[in-house]
Amino acid sequence: MTHNNAQTQGFRVRQPGLMTLIQDAGRFGKHGIGLTCGGPLDAEAFSWANRLCDNSTDVTALEVSFGGLILEAQINTRIAVTGAELPLSINGQAKEQWRSHAINAGDVIELGYATAGCRAYLAVAGGFHIEHSFGSAATVTRESIGGLNGGKLAPNDFLPCTAASANGCLVLPEQHRPTYDKRAHLRVIPGYQKHAFSDLQMARFFSSEYQTTDRSDRMGYRVSGPEIKPSLDGILSEGICHGAIQVPADGQPIILLNDRQTIGGYPKLGSMLSLDTAKLAQMTPGATLTFEAITIDDAHNLHLLTQRRNAVIEPLAC
Amino acid sequence: MRIEVAGENALILYLGEHGEPGVANRVEQASRLLKQELGEKLIDLVPSYASVLLIFDMFRCDHLDVRRGIRKVMANLSDESSEQGRIVTLPVYYGTDSGEDLEQLARNAKLTIDEVIQIHQAGEYRVYAIGFAPGFAYLGDVDERIAAPRLSTPRQRVPRGAVAIADRQTAIYPAVSPGGWNLIGRCPQRMFDPDAQPTMPVEVGDRVRFEAISRNDFFELGGSLDDA
Repeated sequence: MTHNNAQTQGFRVRQPGLMTLIQDAGRFGKHGIGLTCGGPLDAEAFSWANRLCDNSTDVTALEVSFGGLILEAQINTRIAVTGAELPLSINGQAKEQWRSHAINAGDVIELGYATAGCRAYLAVAGGFHIEHSFGSAATVTRESIGGLNGGKLAPNDFLPCTAASANGCLVLPEQHRPTYDKRAHLRVIPGYQKHAFSDLQMARFFSSEYQTTDRSDRMGYRVSGPEIKPSLDGILSEGICHGAIQVPADGQPIILLNDRQTIGGYPKLGSMLSLDTAKLAQMTPGATLTFEAITIDDAHNLHLLTQRRNAVIEPLAC
Repeated sequence: MRIEVAGENALILYLGEHGEPGVANRVEQASRLLKQELGEKLIDLVPSYASVLLIFDMFRCDHLDVRRGIRKVMANLSDESSEQGRIVTLPVYYGTDSGEDLEQLARNAKLTIDEVIQIHQAGEYRVYAIGFAPGFAYLGDVDERIAAPRLSTPRQRVPRGAVAIADRQTAIYPAVSPGGWNLIGRCPQRMFDPDAQPTMPVEVGDRVRFEAISRNDFFELGGSLDDA
């Protein structure tokens, strides 16, 4: 759906923060022309921000990496902020995350800097009305595609949306909210060139601790730890799926995320479950990771269980 | 044929060990038939030199379904070269002012600049894969006489439209980007234009020919030697 650009109601960006991106569920079916997916790094927190605004879960919202965003409302509506823990205030008054809040024209919404996790999501009732490129509003800065002009938010950017009632605020009960730790156990489906990694190399990967590093972004997270050596230096370039774990010559794995290249020539030992790339992408440098091998059938079961669990959790009226 | 798990909702189908025209034919045929066979179950598909990555909707089907679809398609694959791909001719202004590495490449190849140009534009290249960046098409195979390894230090900025060689591959940079390929000329035609229909002049399976044009023609066709 493409929206009218001439819309004049919405939010003005006073301060864009370190990296705030317009995202929807992502851009799919465009690998044929070399476009990657984009979309929220933490799909769970993104979906909840939308659900708390009574939106469908793929509606256009903001991904606020590390925080520092200040918006000024020029409209009456409702918003919700989920994901990374950060100080949230409306007109200087502290507000709770994981619930929606009524907003009046003139309100100033401030997201401070993240204290746990690093990706927060801000959704608005009805979603932001951003024109689609190649079927999606998702911003991929590397491709200069999506969002307002292919880049992150800048001061004075305008985010159009439609007015919504102040009624109907929702809250996610605390026991259902995720926590963002400095340690995670992440599940991996071995595949691709797994045969190019000896049993010893695979055992080392799945029994060692790795640390997240500062060489991490929306394309991929480079981790550091015991070196993994495949028997191949490079392979014929081939398609790369979400979560693929490639191992370059230095033996330090890279987990490829939403803005990855669509094809590449490094050997890959398998791919991470997307439920767990969401956890990984919430981590800042120095966090500790361990990995566990699961089958593709396990992965499907885990997704169905998660889908089922999310379907029965009802946010409460507040 | 070999099928491997790629990820939670992805399988990769290997159709050969090397990028060569016979394998590329099978990749092109299989990609086309798999799209038809899997329909809505398929989220996306990435054909490359000798493989097809299939990303499927795991809430509509499972990997066993997709494997069945792959086997069915593979049983119906013909050995004949499919002539589905179109032939696309792209204009190139070859020169030392449009291709910074042309002189060095000719020297290393012990050829004259004119011979390098002649050999490059005599070839018919297959679009093996599209990726790396939006609209970046990997074309092959370049004549061995002008094949050249990547630069030891990649450039920070390769201009849009740069025509380049790396090993036995050639490509046109669709946008300004870092890159380590050897630059031999410039193409005035946009290789990726979000506002155009279609967005790209080529797709996987097409054949590309290059046609040498003069400096004047290059400017007349909208080309620019500025790096902006």
